Amino acid sequence: MIPEIGLFALILALLIAVLQSAIPIAGATRNNPSWIGVARPAAFAQLLFVAISYGCLTAAFLSHDFSVVYVAQNSNSRLPLIYLISGVWGAHEGSLLLWALTLALWTAAVAWFSKSVPDRMVARVLGVMGIVSVGFLLFILFTSNPFERQFPAPLDGRDLNPLLQDPGLAIHPPMLYMGYVGFSVAFAFAIAALLGGRLDSAWARWSRPWTLAAWIFLTAGIALGSWWAYYELGWGGWWFWDPVENASFMPWMVGTALIHSLAATEKRGVFKAWTVLLAVFAFSLSLLGTFLVRSGVLTSVHAFATDPARGLFILIFLAVVVGGSLALYAWRAPAVKSSGGFNLVSREAGLLLNNVLLVVAAATVLLGTLYPLMIDALGLGKISVGPPYFNSVFIPLTAPLAALVGVGSMLRWKKDRLGRLVQPLGLPFALAVLLGLLWPVFFDSYQWVAVFGGILGLWTIFAVLSGIWQRTRVGQRRRDLAQTPRAVFGMSLAHIGLGVFVIGITFTSTYSVEKDLRMAPGDTYTTGGFTFRFDGIDQHRGPNYLSETGTITVIKSGRLAATLNPEKRTYLVQQMPMTEAAIDAGLTRDLYVALGEPLDDGGSWAVRLYLKPYVRWIWLGALIMAFGGLLSASDRRYRKFTREAANRAVSDASHATF
Amino acid sequence: MQPFKALFVGGPRPFLVGVIVALGLSSPAPAAIETYEFSEPVHESRYHDMIAQLRCLVCQNQNLADSNADLAKDLRARTFQMINRGATDKQIVDFMIARYGDFVLYRPPLRLRTILLWLGPFAILLIALGIFFFTVRKSRAPQVMSEARRETAARFLDENP
Repeated sequence: MIPEIGLFALILALLIAVLQSAIPIAGATRNNPSWIGVARPAAFAQLLFVAISYGCLTAAFLSHDFSVVYVAQNSNSRLPLIYLISGVWGAHEGSLLLWALTLALWTAAVAWFSKSVPDRMVARVLGVMGIVSVGFLLFILFTSNPFERQFPAPLDGRDLNPLLQDPGLAIHPPMLYMGYVGFSVAFAFAIAALLGGRLDSAWARWSRPWTLAAWIFLTAGIALGSWWAYYELGWGGWWFWDPVENASFMPWMVGTALIHSLAATEKRGVFKAWTVLLAVFAFSLSLLGTFLVRSGVLTSVHAFATDPARGLFILIFLAVVVGGSLALYAWRAPAVKSSGGFNLVSREAGLLLNNVLLVVAAATVLLGTLYPLMIDALGLGKISVGPPYFNSVFIPLTAPLAALVGVGSMLRWKKDRLGRLVQPLGLPFALAVLLGLLWPVFFDSYQWVAVFGGILGLWTIFAVLSGIWQRTRVGQRRRDLAQTPRAVFGMSLAHIGLGVFVIGITFTSTYSVEKDLRMAPGDTYTTGGFTFRFDGIDQHRGPNYLSETGTITVIKSGRLAATLNPEKRTYLVQQMPMTEAAIDAGLTRDLYVALGEPLDDGGSWAVRLYLKPYVRWIWLGALIMAFGGLLSASDRRYRKFTREAANRAVSDASHATF
Repeated sequence: MQPFKALFVGGPRPFLVGVIVALGLSSPAPAAIETYEFSEPVHESRYHDMIAQLRCLVCQNQNLADSNADLAKDLRARTFQMINRGATDKQIVDFMIARYGDFVLYRPPLRLRTILLWLGPFAILLIALGIFFFTVRKSRAPQVMSEARRETAARFLDENP
């Protein structure tokens, strides 16, 4: 019964979504207040019904209702509670339902928090989000129904993929989806602005905190995914440029460009049309990511061709969204006039250059991701585009970006002189070079790549710190800092995060040690000052798996540095072996041990040891970036943005109406 | 070539596996760990570099280093033997291409069909930079002239009607 209620709720949600898109948009066009008034209640009602549907699927998991195909395929009566809950999004159908729920959440949030935005605008925004929702709910109902039944029901389920039985999975996909889907808000604001024929700085101001919020989630989601892969898979890597990873990274880059361009649009009224285009691209890339992952096109172009229902649906949906938006853009955007002038040396130009580099980088990733598919589809054979390609193309494109962050964020609007920056940036630069040259001395070998990356990261951090210092006057520091808007600290923090990230990547990729060894109990291996001693294997039993647990003692300068317990598990239902790597995390290094197979001679095991310097800085940097975003989004001017202020903004901007 | 079913042996790549699993692929088994003894340390680092940039042909998207598939094990062993016998990196790559085609290389070799792949990013960058400079030129802020320069300009205009 409960699954049928879930399905029914989903159908109701679809009908509400249709109303939510049609009536408010028509109402906004005809300026009919009662039609406009439909938008907010519809958004809340849609959230209610999607949540009921989602709740029903969760209930089916919790009650082990194996007559539901999806539940039977992705859970088991012995599955621990947390994985019954997270297992809901463990596979295709459920994760699409999570997508729809996330969208409904964002929609309701816009309806709730946009009291300061004019009702006509809100109606259009919610209407556009309703259209997106219609697309996804149709997709779920027609191609991916999670409530499908089977009779007779199997006695037990096939269990959740063991790889996904990890706390990391409990938070990573929802975070990522919050980011992905969050860009639909920026997209909806952009389309609403185009529909209303009003592209002004007020639009940019309304859109900014939402865009930041989505970006924060996406940043944290990607970092979590990378961290999860690092500890869960036992291969010690954190990024592989897999199409699925790229699918999340492309919207991130374009979204980052969008944040910067929105700043210029809001403050100076420049790049309006471009900002709209970026908002369209950011969301389109989120949809493209969904298409790439869902359609099966990545496995093989031919697999897609043999079972095209799902892929074709998203492809058509993507074409409608992108095509429709671009057509609207082509119709409306030429009338947009940028108001402010600026020089080559100015903050506007700096932000534009940031956009150029980020978008080119994103386009490169897109090219590399789609190229093998196109070559295959054209019948030109099969090629692989992997990390060596992306690293050699991506790094030259993004290193200048990092190098220019410090300079760009210190530039003044409109017009500035580079000469003015020599004084505040001279010392940070000298300091970065000095420390950058010195840092690699502490490693086993002196590598110029590490020197270069170190200088780049340190320079970013020091230049940003100098920027904050410059805002304050001697004797007035405390007061000046208290008066500095939070958004400035947020921006600075995010840029410092970038510097930390660059340092982390550089040192990890230059100085990581990987050693595959045959170890018998008592054997030791020494690298980078750490001595790893293998103390043997114990066996124990988990709730739904058997485990062989190794003990490895790590000693540094005669003192115990860590005791590591890597595991090799066999999950009982799927009979699948899994390694659980053991990691001792540290600010300057991770000690990482994974267990291989027992070797024939009894007592010896194949063991993989990693020493990963500064690997934490990669995720630390990403988290600092996300926290910087949070700080910016909580700036008082967004919180204290009253209706009165909104009206003022609208009347200011009405001159810019076209 | 491998039978079609073998395509799914190695399973997909880590990140977002939750999402890929939906495609019906099996998940990645843990990478096998082999304990090769290298005659020289440089051989070991070359071995690791090499297996990181060769593709496990029967996996969703994994290099030889991370794959547990039988083919990957064989190719790792082959790479190890070739390096120990003194083969150069180019000889190993040529051997792999001759056997499996360009598909085995994660760095696609520059050929006619990959020319857009390699030149594309730089072409896009050039175009984007072109647009950047064009936009900046078009948007130049009105110059405020100093009194002295205004006089110079006025004199210049007077002298060159």
